[in-house]
Amino acid sequence: MYPASFEYHPAASVQDALALLAKYGDEPKLLAGGHSLIPVMKLRFASPAHLIDIGRIPALSAITDGGSAVHIGATARHASVVSSPVVRQKVPLLAEVASHIGDPLIRNMGTIGGSLAHADPAADLPAAMLALGATLVATGPAGTRTIAADDFFTDVFTTALHPGEMLTEIRVPARGAGSGGAYEKNPDPASGYAIVGIAAQVQVSGGTITAARVGMTGLGPKAMRLAAVEGALTGKPATAATVAAAAAHAADGLVFVDDARGSAAYKGNLARVHTRRALARALAAATA
Amino acid sequence: MAEINVSVNGRAYTRDVEPRTLLVHFLRDAIGLTGTHVGCDTSQCGACTVLLDGRGVKSCTVLAVQANGAQVTTIEGLETNGALHPLQAAFREAHGLQCGFCTPGMIMSSVDLLSHNPHPTEGEIRHALEGNLCRCTGYHNIVKAVQIAANTMAAGGSAVAAD
Ligand SMILES: Cc1cc2nc3c(=O)[nH]c(=O)nc-3n(C[C@H](O)[C@H](O)[C@H](O)COP(=O)(O)OP(=O)(O)OC[C@H]3O[C@@H](n4cnc5c(N)ncnc54)[C@H](O)[C@@H]3O)c2cc1C
Ligand code: FES
Ligand code: FES
Repeated sequence: MYPASFEYHPAASVQDALALLAKYGDEPKLLAGGHSLIPVMKLRFASPAHLIDIGRIPALSAITDGGSAVHIGATARHASVVSSPVVRQKVPLLAEVASHIGDPLIRNMGTIGGSLAHADPAADLPAAMLALGATLVATGPAGTRTIAADDFFTDVFTTALHPGEMLTEIRVPARGAGSGGAYEKNPDPASGYAIVGIAAQVQVSGGTITAARVGMTGLGPKAMRLAAVEGALTGKPATAATVAAAAAHAADGLVFVDDARGSAAYKGNLARVHTRRALARALAAATA
Repeated sequence: MAEINVSVNGRAYTRDVEPRTLLVHFLRDAIGLTGTHVGCDTSQCGACTVLLDGRGVKSCTVLAVQANGAQVTTIEGLETNGALHPLQAAFREAHGLQCGFCTPGMIMSSVDLLSHNPHPTEGEIRHALEGNLCRCTGYHNIVKAVQIAANTMAAGGSAVAAD
């Protein structure tokens, strides 16, 4: 199996990529790691006439310590995110989530920006972006703008990026003392993608949970925050009882359907169980 | 067509390729190295694993143009002067294969693993091979083979003479 024919354009810089995007306005696609795009091109679900390769722009894959935030270039590979010392030290939840993507070979090619721009409703990283309150940097013909992770994922495979724009950087606020995160994933046994993935990041001060963000992937049309769970945590004592009471709200407001992955009741239960496990580990990390 | 320069197993190749050519087809059809296999249509089986600049990748999901300027190592590049790589020797010794279709990919993933983790635990070996599927062996002897090779390499052994 191989893709339909296309013209290939290696971009030397972000400006170059943007110019190529503008030039081939009809149907260009950016190529990063290719690990979502090439499979769908092989199946002929996508047949773009032009591919603009942004995987060769050296500066675009850098991971740097920006003090209050970790700055990750859009074409940083999943494997680089997992092994990055600054990521592991300042935003360990992100390294944990990235380590659950596919398998080691997939992680050697796939990029953080490609995964976020693709916005697969069962992808792992969107849950981490929500839990960590990340900011996504988009660059287009009109310049650069920032998009909060909360506003970035808009629907199934759809993001707030405008046509002609590309994701250039992800900024993840650094975590300090009293903060802890954890990711609990139930992978689909065939694809490895998340049936459900819960990323939780909590802040504990003097035995009280002062802030909590919980991102869920897999069970909806897009990754989303579990507001009812967060509300049941904030201001409460950092105890197992609080975790159990909050996790009971994990499926509030969500509508599930029966399908090959399980019944609606099973999915609701998965959401609650994985939320409880993620919160328990996040609290343990915050108070360690 | 696009001209690419790729080093495969230490030898430089310049070729004109259609941009849609997958790296695995470039290796098998343009270069004639058929040790790298195609086992699926869905990027899942890992039979096509090669090293791209030292890291294991699924060559059925990489365009040949993405490898322009890169160093590629395939299963054929492991032996030295007719002597098997310790992983090749260990797969033979431990009976780490039956039909052998998955074996080139298993070995290339294991080369990647041992290059950055020379003393993996059994669990680490199993996780490192998550992207490589085998329909025959049940995996136990594959894991044993990687353990044997890790020991050989730690003891300073490199290549083993082939019969
Ligand atoms: C077998 C297999 C298993 C997988 N398992 C998982 C899993 O368990 N969990 C998971 O989360 N993912 C999984 N993935 C997907 C993997 O994480 C991909 O790497 C990722 O989804 C896409 O990243 P990429 O760099 O390969 O993007 P590409 O495939 O190159 O691009 C994907 C899309 O995003 C666009 N794009 C890329 N970069 C940008 C950018 N900077 N700005 C704007 N648009 C851009 C492209 O035009 C394209 O439409 C799996 C993939 C495979 C093949
Ligand atoms: S041929 Fe199956 S993953 Fe490449
Ligand atoms: S030995 Fe037959 S598929 Fe692995």
